[in-house]
Amino acid sequence: MRWVLVMIIVVSTVVSDLLQSREMKLAAGGEGAAPGLGRVLALIASRRDLIVSIVCMAISFFAFLALVQTQPLSFAVPASAGSFALETVLAKLVLREQIALRRAAGALLVVAGIVLVA
Amino acid sequence: MTTASRARSAGFHVYSLLIVVTLLKPLSNLSLAWGMHRFPEFLSLQPVQYLRASLEPFVILGIVLQVLWLLTRMSLLCIADLSYVLPMTSAGYVISTLLGKLVLHEPVSASRWAGAVLISLGAALVASTPGKTASGSA
Repeated sequence: MRWVLVMIIVVSTVVSDLLQSREMKLAAGGEGAAPGLGRVLALIASRRDLIVSIVCMAISFFAFLALVQTQPLSFAVPASAGSFALETVLAKLVLREQIALRRAAGALLVVAGIVLVA
Repeated sequence: MTTASRARSAGFHVYSLLIVVTLLKPLSNLSLAWGMHRFPEFLSLQPVQYLRASLEPFVILGIVLQVLWLLTRMSLLCIADLSYVLPMTSAGYVISTLLGKLVLHEPVSASRWAGAVLISLGAALVASTPGKTASGSA
């Protein structure tokens, strides 16, 4: 059961993060300034994909609640970080982010670290 | 404001948001874990149980911190790549491990500490790359 919960957390987190990143960049346009919390709330209310991303995050959240009830926090947090590698690849493929060698190496080190911590 | 000072100010803004996002998540996780350990019922697929669990004071605190984390991170994602934000905020895993040991008295092995060092090194490497490379046209 614990790995089913981990899978639910990973999939819903990946979908949520990709939608959020795409929508927030589109909303920012070329402004280059981070919006305040009030403006973020207004954006959530006006963009359908942001609402979908929050529903996905809520699914991930409730699965996490069920997971931490029976598993130690030091297992639950790193295990659910399996989303990390998947998101980095999808950030390049879907969001067209440039993942230079140094950033890819750093991300790999982080993934290795998460595996060890798990 | 000159271009250089504008760039410095934007960099400062990114780092401030990164610190807040990195700290909020482990504090929220700790509060949720603490609250759920005190919750007497085993969670199944019944929504009523989740609602009852959401009334535990530490779970409420965890949810408030989670909402703040979400809004702050969404703001950060306006000015930084997802592939930059993810490793940079991964220090949260190290902080979660520390909090698990110090507050919840969970055992932390040597390999977990080695993992924490790797995460820190990886985050430092990513920090040396530009925070934003995509324009949002995906």
